[in-house]
Amino acid sequence: MKLITVAGPPSSGKTSVILKTIAALGLPPGSVGVVKFDSLTSFDHQRYDEQQIPNQTAFAGKICPDHHFVSNVEGAVEWGMKKGLSVLVTESAGLCNRCSPYVNGILSVCVIDNLSGINTPRKIGPMLKYADVVVVTKGDVVSQAEREVFAFNIREVNASATVLFVNGITGQGAFMLARHWQDTLDIRTLRDRKLRFTMPAAICSYCTGETLIGEMYQMGMVKRMEFDDA
Amino acid sequence: MKAFDYVAEVSSVPIGDILRRYPLAVDYLANIRLVGVDETKTLPEILENVDEDMLEEFGLDREEVIFHFSAFLEAFSRMEESIETISSITILGGRDKTGRPEMLELTVTPGEVVSIVGPTGSGKSRLLEDIECLAQRDTPTARQILINGSAPDLDKRFSTGGKLVAQLSQNMNFVMDLTVQEFLEMHAKSRMIPGSAAVVEKCFAVANSLAGEKFTLDTKVTQLSGGQSRSLMIADTALLSSSPIILIDELENAGIDRREAIEILVGNEKIVLMSTHDPLLALRADKRIVIRNGGVTKVIETTAEEEQTLHKIEAIDSALLNIRNQLRRGAIVTNESIPEFQEK
Repeated sequence: MKLITVAGPPSSGKTSVILKTIAALGLPPGSVGVVKFDSLTSFDHQRYDEQQIPNQTAFAGKICPDHHFVSNVEGAVEWGMKKGLSVLVTESAGLCNRCSPYVNGILSVCVIDNLSGINTPRKIGPMLKYADVVVVTKGDVVSQAEREVFAFNIREVNASATVLFVNGITGQGAFMLARHWQDTLDIRTLRDRKLRFTMPAAICSYCTGETLIGEMYQMGMVKRMEFDDA
Repeated sequence: MKAFDYVAEVSSVPIGDILRRYPLAVDYLANIRLVGVDETKTLPEILENVDEDMLEEFGLDREEVIFHFSAFLEAFSRMEESIETISSITILGGRDKTGRPEMLELTVTPGEVVSIVGPTGSGKSRLLEDIECLAQRDTPTARQILINGSAPDLDKRFSTGGKLVAQLSQNMNFVMDLTVQEFLEMHAKSRMIPGSAAVVEKCFAVANSLAGEKFTLDTKVTQLSGGQSRSLMIADTALLSSSPIILIDELENAGIDRREAIEILVGNEKIVLMSTHDPLLALRADKRIVIRNGGVTKVIETTAEEEQTLHKIEAIDSALLNIRNQLRRGAIVTNESIPEFQEK
């Protein structure tokens, strides 16, 4: 089974890109599945159901979405193997723009959109920097120049990634992404593989439910800000 | 130069000299929050005093910064070289929606204009997509695209990533909150054009010559009217975009001087493919592709007779333009405003 990790900020067009790319793969129905990692709620399963794509949704809730992803991705792979899928796609929103659900050796796709602002590529951390393929969406509504500047800003952060433009509505460009999916490695498990980047550190008293403010209530990993002497 | 050579250079040359040699390096350092560094020191010396935790937030340690920075310099020097010249593209026919073979072998060279006509939904975008991904009989249309007469290798296909085709269409907008000048400078910088001031100036002048109402370099791009935006987009695509192929989607509604727009694009040795319903544009092309049911049914070379009719169509068009201008000036349109075209 081929595993593809797709990440990207909310509403950048991940689901549309995945749907169009699955269509471009041209595999028999039921052989490509999706596991959606989300935080609070998601309606994407409806769109996958419409296309008869086997899918599962998981909600991080009050757990850091990145941590939630890494503790469940192996289960996702097992589910895919049991289903007899030939391609499994995991989809996750990079909610703090740091989430980087990428695993060494596993194709990593980051989806960002042209409307999100010209400096956005520089503000997204490991999720963009460690991607193999960066997919840019919503290019049909901005000028050619902006598309080029945007792609340039992506390359400034991640000089080695392939940058592809995909139109989530018409599917233009999805063909090239499908080629990248086809060429990726076949795996049976993720056991003992390594993440490309560390998860955000999150062990402080507020993680475990503390709500009171004040230094005496703060324990664990705390990052203090330095202010000018007023 | 390989990334390895950059490592040697970056490790031994003061950063100030590196920044002068590679102006883009400023961006790299800014991206990892290294600003206001001592320019007489080398990068490894600077890194000694940098907080390791801060670097870690970017997924780097001190040693990795040097390699990453070198890879960055290498990638951008490579990009500069990779803007290749395309002397021709050839479209070899595939199949239409019903599977009927498409009788097509069309070679287009820079400076040529091909118009694409056909009902909406007939497959014009598919044709563009085939060109964009350099289809090798592996897309739904089974078409094949040749570059300079031969099939491009797989590596090239994977690496072009949309750089081959620039698109101009009706519903495109500017979304950056920049002035015209800042916008053009930013685009020039992304193309790494040395001495961008001259090209920015030229681009602005061309855009203004196309637009009905003039605008200034201080105007925000988001405040430009539809026609002004389109003019700037065309000038920018012609003069600043690296893509050798331009696809234009229905330029007719752009509210600009269409003939001049086409001349500007072609004059910059681009291959122009233009889907249109406008007879003036369709006939001004050297050839026109007729698409029906997902397949090219005909390629028509613009005949001498058609070129003759062009003058008449232009007369009709300029009559319409006159009326439009009269209305703009607040004049009353009279019967005399409309010339007689019926020649028996």
